[in-house]
Amino acid sequence: MTAPEVLDCRGRRCPLPVIALARRLPELPVGTLVRVLADDPAAAVDLPAWCRLRGQEFVGQVDGPDGPGFDVRRRR
Amino acid sequence: MNASPVYLDAASAAPLHPVARQALLAALDDGWADPQRLYAPARRARQLLDAAREAAAATLGVRPDELSFTPSGTAAAHSAVLGGLAGRRRVGSGLVHSAIEHSAVLHAAERHVAGGGTATSIPVDRVGRIDLDAWSAAVRAPGTALAALIAASHEVGTTQPIAEAGAACATAGVPLYVDAAQVVGHAPVPAGWSVLTASAHKWGGPPGVGLLVVRKGTRWESPWPMDERESGRTPGVVNLPAVVAAAASLRAAAADAAARGARLARLVDRIRARVATEVPDVEVVGDPEDRLPHLVTFSCLYVDGEALLHALDRRGFAVSSGSSCTSSTLRPSHVLAAMGVLSHGNVRVSLHQDTTEADVERFLTELPGIVAALRAEAGVVGL
Ligand SMILES: Cc1ncc(COP(=O)(O)O)c(C=O)c1O
Repeated sequence: MTAPEVLDCRGRRCPLPVIALARRLPELPVGTLVRVLADDPAAAVDLPAWCRLRGQEFVGQVDGPDGPGFDVRRRR
Repeated sequence: MNASPVYLDAASAAPLHPVARQALLAALDDGWADPQRLYAPARRARQLLDAAREAAAATLGVRPDELSFTPSGTAAAHSAVLGGLAGRRRVGSGLVHSAIEHSAVLHAAERHVAGGGTATSIPVDRVGRIDLDAWSAAVRAPGTALAALIAASHEVGTTQPIAEAGAACATAGVPLYVDAAQVVGHAPVPAGWSVLTASAHKWGGPPGVGLLVVRKGTRWESPWPMDERESGRTPGVVNLPAVVAAAASLRAAAADAAARGARLARLVDRIRARVATEVPDVEVVGDPEDRLPHLVTFSCLYVDGEALLHALDRRGFAVSSGSSCTSSTLRPSHVLAAMGVLSHGNVRVSLHQDTTEADVERFLTELPGIVAALRAEAGVVGL
């Protein structure tokens, strides 16, 4: 598997990380994994909620050296 | 053009009930003396305090000596949690609470944990109702001293299964504390609790009066330094004129709660339905049926909550929000987070006895345009 596409939203307040994801995901092929780096605490709530509302897959949260990351796969 | 103001934040503070105003003014003249003293004005104050206690107790269906007035709903919640735990410290130091308690309860829980106690948070489902199996297992666990459950969510309106949660507590021999701040004066409180708190400014009483009810036989011990007032449950003199106004307005609010609730519930139904169909990309949260009659919450995708509150305020609408950017902590509402629903662009609308159908219609007419304008400004249309 290739390294996931990364969307760096660190330092950006919600809802900006959700908006960035909503812009980027449709540009990528179905099946692509995107990692959203976001340090606004609301991202942990809003990214999974957005996936549920939009029928996309929230894969999980991965906390790396870059801070919290949120993996999302384009499903449709 | 200046829009006429529409106040839709009764869950923060309901407008003062006319009965509260009358009683407050009368008690300012008549109830300023210290009720503990032994002269005529003090006896008059004592009578007013006793009558207020009897009226509030009768409205709640409890004994007057079980009810104490407190300086706020928050102070009452602190006393309920810390006193309930102190009274049962021989049994253990475990506190069980839902994940969506009011911050007053959660902050008291933090204090308890900082002092070496434990706290178990019970998750809720997507509409904000507790997981009863997890609740029952937690209250049965050895060392559980107290369980705390909010009667209905101040943020999303979902009512909790108090009777079932109370039955689980009774089986385990654990007292149940119910924070009924959003229910008292609006709807009957289900039975099954040992300790209950409420807050007068949520039913149209003045701010700065809370109720703490401790049922007979409940082990409760004051967590505060010794003071004899209010059966030893509330230190310091109570604000008697406000207490008198709180009790009088509670009786008045409870007397027509059923009719008012039915009217407001229909308006809330209308808001739920119209917001869902007329505002694109909106999530209406909370249980559509088992809920408070007067409160509804929704979140607008891609919209900044603070910008939305300001835009609504400019059009004369006073509402509140659980979005992180509208809170002092910059954290999203722990209630919305626990439910796993969208936390940005969040609006809580709560109605009261003066809310008219025209107020709600104006809100519903203006909201879609306000949200659309914010989305256009942010360049998020069509995402
Ligand atoms: C459920 C709940 N509990 C407690 C409180 C605290 O009450 P008060 O505002 O009187 O301190 C409130 C009000 O914010 C509330 O909604």
